[in-house]
Amino acid sequence: MANTEYAIECRGITKTFGTVVANDAVDLTVRYGEVLALLGENGSGKTTLMNMLSGIYHPDAGTIKIAGEEVRINSPEDSMALGIGMIHQHFKLVDVFTASENIAVGTAGKRLSAAVMRKKVQEISQSIGLEIDPDRRAFEMSVSEKQNVEILKVLYRGQKILILDEPTAVLTPQETERLFDILRSMRAQGCAIIIITHKLNEVLSISDRVTILRKGKYIETVNTAETDEQKLTELMVGRPVSLEIARPEAVDPKTILKIVDLTVRKPDGTIAIDDASFEVRTGEILGVAGIAGSGQKELCECIAGLCPAEKGAVLYHKENLIGKSPREIIRLGVQLGFVPEDRLGMGLVASMGMVGNLMLKTYDTPKGPFIDPAPARQHAEELVERLGIVTPSVDTPVRLMSGGNVQKVLLGREIESDPQVLITAYPVRGLDINSSYTVYDLLNEQKKQGVAVVFIGEDLDVLMALSDRIMVMCHGQVTGIVDGRTATKDDIARLMVGAGEETEA
Amino acid sequence: MIRIVKTKEKSARQQLLLRLGAFVLALCAGGLFLLLLGNNPFAVYATILSGAFRSKMAVQATVKIMIPLIIAALGVTLSFKMKFWNIGGEGQLIMGGVFASYFALFHADLPAFLLFPLMFLAGLIGGGIWALIPAFFKVRFGTNETLFTLMLNYIALYIVAWLQEGPWRDPAANGFPKIASFEKSAVLPKVFGVQVGWIIALVLVVLVFIYLRYTKQGYEISVVGESRPTATYAGMNVQRIILRTMFLSGAIAGIAGMVQATGSDRTLTVGIAGGVGFTAIIVAWLARLNPMSSLVIAFLFAVLEKGSSVIQSEFGLSTDCADVLQGIILFFVLGCEFFVRYKFVRDHKQTAEGGTK
Repeated sequence: MANTEYAIECRGITKTFGTVVANDAVDLTVRYGEVLALLGENGSGKTTLMNMLSGIYHPDAGTIKIAGEEVRINSPEDSMALGIGMIHQHFKLVDVFTASENIAVGTAGKRLSAAVMRKKVQEISQSIGLEIDPDRRAFEMSVSEKQNVEILKVLYRGQKILILDEPTAVLTPQETERLFDILRSMRAQGCAIIIITHKLNEVLSISDRVTILRKGKYIETVNTAETDEQKLTELMVGRPVSLEIARPEAVDPKTILKIVDLTVRKPDGTIAIDDASFEVRTGEILGVAGIAGSGQKELCECIAGLCPAEKGAVLYHKENLIGKSPREIIRLGVQLGFVPEDRLGMGLVASMGMVGNLMLKTYDTPKGPFIDPAPARQHAEELVERLGIVTPSVDTPVRLMSGGNVQKVLLGREIESDPQVLITAYPVRGLDINSSYTVYDLLNEQKKQGVAVVFIGEDLDVLMALSDRIMVMCHGQVTGIVDGRTATKDDIARLMVGAGEETEA
Repeated sequence: MIRIVKTKEKSARQQLLLRLGAFVLALCAGGLFLLLLGNNPFAVYATILSGAFRSKMAVQATVKIMIPLIIAALGVTLSFKMKFWNIGGEGQLIMGGVFASYFALFHADLPAFLLFPLMFLAGLIGGGIWALIPAFFKVRFGTNETLFTLMLNYIALYIVAWLQEGPWRDPAANGFPKIASFEKSAVLPKVFGVQVGWIIALVLVVLVFIYLRYTKQGYEISVVGESRPTATYAGMNVQRIILRTMFLSGAIAGIAGMVQATGSDRTLTVGIAGGVGFTAIIVAWLARLNPMSSLVIAFLFAVLEKGSSVIQSEFGLSTDCADVLQGIILFFVLGCEFFVRYKFVRDHKQTAEGGTK
């Protein structure tokens, strides 16, 4: 730590929105050549703080010093000029541009020829051990490649301060490791890095120091080397929390859903699910592991009747669900509680409150032309109570609620419908620790009641702790089904990149 | 330097104040415009108000202007709630008028209890079909509804032109291309000196309000408008909902056409819609797709239009001035929507020019 100069020094930052204090006298410092993790539950003010550094909001009080000089950041342009590069969860790339074009776009100065540009991009990427094809167009890239381009954009502009907002939420374990290697070599080159994440193991593996926020207040900054998951969780939540995920014994497993030789194509004609066969049993949790885009989405949607199958069958109590409309599947008495991965895009109506959203699948059940919101209102109030949902009222549009609460509404609705099969896709994506554990508890509760739970997850540690069996998918194929109690992480990671192959893709 | 900053969404109360403020500012800006033309803005505004209300006849005329506007706005509300950008209210209104006029022209000898329901039904179906066409192509082939509905407006307009020059031309008009005035028996009766359309309008306001807020179909419209994947996921038949809603949307516009032709114009002319189908979009939008607010806004628009015809005679201002005033009000009221989510802030100090060193 030879370099004592702070890259960013925030003192007493306060920001209020109406009556809500989003940041209350927050301090944050990061040095050059250091990775700072910013930790806090949803709604603790992390994003607000970062938005002030990137010029989207302006603090009501407090000072920001960049490289020792006090500054005002009034716009994203100011922020960029000060050497701050922000990588958002949603990438800002032009789809039809190549990697180097995307990197060049928006930079000042003369336009460089494609060849020079390509060379520069390669130079920078090699300097931090990042592999990239400068001529690949953004729409052809995987999520992690796009992220790499975003990182290169920052480096290309000579920005020395990098802020990453939950960068690993969309990555596989392997990709996450690679990202961390890149961040480490950037740190070695003297960059200051702030990383926002919910995953404690990542905080411990990548950061030098951790700043913890809770409910908008600055709690503490600790050295990563002197802390552990348990301590961080306590600081974040404000009380001791058990990190154990319970795994009750499976209750009398019986096959309820049998998927036979299922093949599904995406709208563009490519194979999404390739000849998959497996069984879902009551009273157990079937975990589904796999790199994002390996067919998990199509699998869920196909079972729920939302996308057509090319071949094969989905047998529910020996009745084929393929070819039935979503409503027919619901009306058959087939209780599929399907929690889609795109919460606001598919599962919920963003502009409606909890009441309107809880009616979504049952509004048509009572006879007559009118809706009856009374039972839904009662349900909504019960759910608020039972799951600790934070919302001003059950009529507040769900788009104004935080991610964790939105997920609780969605999951709560599916559970309220007394499902026989509960399919959840990435139910804890973007959730904080507390909310995640609430979700795990809910799933376990369902399992104990004899519900067949399918849990599509991305965090292998969680999958291995929660699931009775783990099915691994790769390129639409089921590459293996392993026992959740005995399988090792290596076994699963290998299956994730291909059936039995020893090498990584 | 002034910069734009995103803020938290303002509360309903703040939004209302914001819009009222915009309206007042619009009046100021309009006043400036009138001043430049050499008129006393206060006198002009006062004349607009008094022009719309000064006599029983004036009030009746104002209400008459309002009738097709509010009905058409209700039609637009249904489709816009579903985020189906139906800008074919004009054409749907015309076709409603055409269908109703058929019975008014050729079956005027039917007893009133049969004739009026028939005309009503015909108007409804005419407008409904005109809206169903783009809806069908939308769900079947994914065509762009905005362009499609817009084009159908012109087709409807030229159908009327063709009718009045050809098959429906009034032989008594000495070769002048016009459609005969309807028989007295085919003209809608008056209540309190205004054609009965105003009662139809009020009933529709209540019906549409209830439909959107308390019925299953209204709920479906909201869900489909918000997100089609969510609607499909919930087991809704999205295509059927789009077709049904568009039929209703057009049907209501058709009723506006029927009421206009058989209640006010007493004949069918190419001027039957006269832009009402477009103004209705503005009314519905300003009312934030709330039928009750639409009623208020349609009334204000009618006052402005009626009052403008008076300033024309009293101040010698052309009716175009009224359009300018309307435009100014719209500019401010629609423009203030920006401030619901954004605000301007002033820099107190220039930012560090150098960046990192």
